[in-house]
Amino acid sequence: MPRSQTSNRVPHFSRLLREVEIFAASRLRLLPAVFLGVLLLMGAGDDSARIDRLGHQMMCVCGCNQILLECNHVGCSYSSRMRNELVAAVDAGNDDGSVLQIFIQKYGTTVLASPTTVGWVNRAAWVMPYAALALGTLLVVFVVRVWRNRPLSAVVGIPAPVAGAELDRFRAQARKETDL
Amino acid sequence: MSALGSFVLLLALALAGYSFLAGLLALAARPAGWERLSETARRAGIASFGTVLIAAVVLVTSAFRNDFSIAYIFHHSNRDLPLPYKFATLWSGQEGSLLFWSLLLSGYGLVLRLRHKTDEALFAHASVVIAAVQVFFLLLLNFAARPFAVMQGTLPADGNGLNPLLQYTEMVIHPPMLYLGYVGFTVPFAFALGALVMKYPGDKWIHITRRWTMVTWGLLTCGITLGAHWAYYVLGWGGYWGWDPVENASLLPWLTGTAFLHSVMMQEKRGMLKVWNMWLVFTTFWLSILGTYLTRSGVLNSVHAFAQSPIGGWFKWFLVIIFVVFAAFFFANKSYLTSEHKLESLISRESSFLFNNLLFVLACFTVLWGTWFPLISEFLQGHKVTVGPPFFNSVAVPVALLLLLLTAVGPLLAWRKTSLDSLRRNFLWPALGSLVVGTLMVIFGVRPWRDLTYFYALMTAMLATLVGLTVISEFVRGGRVISRHTGQNLAASMLHLCHRNTRRYGGYIVHFGVALLFLGILGTVFNQEAEKEMAFRDKLAIGPYTLVCLSYTQEENANNSADVAIMQVFKGGRQIDTLYPESRFYPASQQQQHIPTVRSTLAGDLYIVYEGQNPETGRPIIKAHLNPLVSWIWIGVLVMIFGTIVALVPNAAPVRATVPARLEAAPVGAGD
Repeated sequence: MPRSQTSNRVPHFSRLLREVEIFAASRLRLLPAVFLGVLLLMGAGDDSARIDRLGHQMMCVCGCNQILLECNHVGCSYSSRMRNELVAAVDAGNDDGSVLQIFIQKYGTTVLASPTTVGWVNRAAWVMPYAALALGTLLVVFVVRVWRNRPLSAVVGIPAPVAGAELDRFRAQARKETDL
Repeated sequence: MSALGSFVLLLALALAGYSFLAGLLALAARPAGWERLSETARRAGIASFGTVLIAAVVLVTSAFRNDFSIAYIFHHSNRDLPLPYKFATLWSGQEGSLLFWSLLLSGYGLVLRLRHKTDEALFAHASVVIAAVQVFFLLLLNFAARPFAVMQGTLPADGNGLNPLLQYTEMVIHPPMLYLGYVGFTVPFAFALGALVMKYPGDKWIHITRRWTMVTWGLLTCGITLGAHWAYYVLGWGGYWGWDPVENASLLPWLTGTAFLHSVMMQEKRGMLKVWNMWLVFTTFWLSILGTYLTRSGVLNSVHAFAQSPIGGWFKWFLVIIFVVFAAFFFANKSYLTSEHKLESLISRESSFLFNNLLFVLACFTVLWGTWFPLISEFLQGHKVTVGPPFFNSVAVPVALLLLLLTAVGPLLAWRKTSLDSLRRNFLWPALGSLVVGTLMVIFGVRPWRDLTYFYALMTAMLATLVGLTVISEFVRGGRVISRHTGQNLAASMLHLCHRNTRRYGGYIVHFGVALLFLGILGTVFNQEAEKEMAFRDKLAIGPYTLVCLSYTQEENANNSADVAIMQVFKGGRQIDTLYPESRFYPASQQQQHIPTVRSTLAGDLYIVYEGQNPETGRPIIKAHLNPLVSWIWIGVLVMIFGTIVALVPNAAPVRATVPARLEAAPVGAGD
């Protein structure tokens, strides 16, 4: 590869990066509006989509341990009734929270397919995995720093040339560590 | 027959007990002639396999002979049960499956004890540990969950039959595979504890352990996948993974076992992570016992919780005892587990393994946390809450994506230190390919800013592509170097390369399988379903397909009767297939079961369920699912298993490089 070609590329790449930066900065100003739009889009939806979403947030209570809308348990005396109740609750104009509350009052808290975010115990269910990730990452970074600063035992100055059996031993170690 | 079965089980307990006590005495007290005592312990351990095998044969024979005087056979078999399922009776109930556990453990013990010449002292220690675990399971079989307990009162004419959910070909294979995985983790644990007790120097034990772990890991992977495949083709809800507590229980040791398979390389190559590896091996074994406890005790509500029994207490104590024993030896002997090297750079293979292990252990913790949270909530709040798929999908998917990222990045990092230039060189094409896939997905309508699931789908596709391309680029680059040296064509060179370092390239093949697996999972985001009461000639449209109800018919055999729907499948106005979903009734157990029918292609599955008849209208209900890319899950796992087998093949003799300058062209940036 001729040197001139390589060197020509660098400023071009920098210019491209700069243009991307300017473009991104200009679009960042629009971020709040875009975010609001996305929220509105997420909030929109017809009743069937709501029923589908809510039906996947609840369990069938017959003991089959399946999501309400996925229960195909033969002769299940609960799932059909619960589906009808869900449709009725949505048709009655209840919002999502009220619909879920109706089911909790009738079937107990286990009807919800996942913990709510009410109360510290339920919140802990959601927070704990992310907290563990954060703590674990900090721990790994800490370990890496400690290990990087660990003193080496006997590597001082330039090692003397080796030969014979010692050289073979080093070659074997190099092969082991690099797989060549 | 029941007397013979009970007797041999008692004999097995005596032999395992002797193997444990005599072995322990020989190794701990070293009395005069301890070598001979240790040898008798080894032989007793071998003999225990024979006795447990006889017990298992007696139980299976009793099922074939319809011996309903044995309560277990009465509850899990019947006269008309097809022969393969009579064989599966052995693991279809609690007592039988515990006997099966013991049989497999004795089998692993047999192999270990027969190979004792490899390292007599270490194998003697491992044999004692295995004997201890054998004693626990044989105590259960003799006193708490007796498979040969006899029926009281009048002998019944026929049995209750096997659970219809279990009457499926995969059910004959899935539990043995899963159990081989679960039980197999006892062996690495036995070697680890043996090495800890002995303060065993060197890395020989880790070589032995790693091989056992790979075999066990492969079997557990098969077992889990067969379970998912069975759930997909039998349970009829259109999915393959429901985050059921018992499914989760099988995933836990798999996650820590996978972490161990990665971190053990740090110990082999750099003499690091010795303490961590000890605890990983222990945790994996501990979780496999915990999994057995969850499956068998019915402590958590699950579709698998067919076993409500008092054996939970036995398991709890066993879990505590093994923890205490391991921790005691660890704290007594941990001084010899010091690291031999230091970490030189954050951008290195060592660091990537640390993060890899963090994520695997975190994934394990997340699944364990979610699985046990209902009990934690009951304890703290006084009432249970359900932790189902929405929770697991929310918290596990980000971790899985991070793992996928590391799967792509990790193999391209060099041991000790990686230069940014080498990173850029190795990543350029895979990253560009990944970006192209992402762009194409957005062009074809995936809008990640509209829904988090679409964002996950996009990330999964891009990262899976990145993994696939990095693996391919590694093979191609290595193959080119060999090709230059030997003059072989690229394909032959890549084969040669693979044979020269089977562990490394077998591992890459496993990674490629993981990429395909994730590709299959991402299809879930685009699933469709439709349901309709269908009379003659009614049509149901789903995706590009139109289903036309041709007819309904009935079939009957000695074991079950079935209502069968005959559905014609049209695509683009042309008939392409006829499918036959069934709704079966099993008279022996008085249970009904839907058997879905699936038209599988690489693009997706058309999955049809005959859900029975509407009680109000009397009309049959057909539910159809269109599940894109599911086949890639099974293909991905097959590739993973192939990679594992490749990794187990011994290396060909290394090529000695005589021209040092040429080494620069070799893929030195990567190791296993």
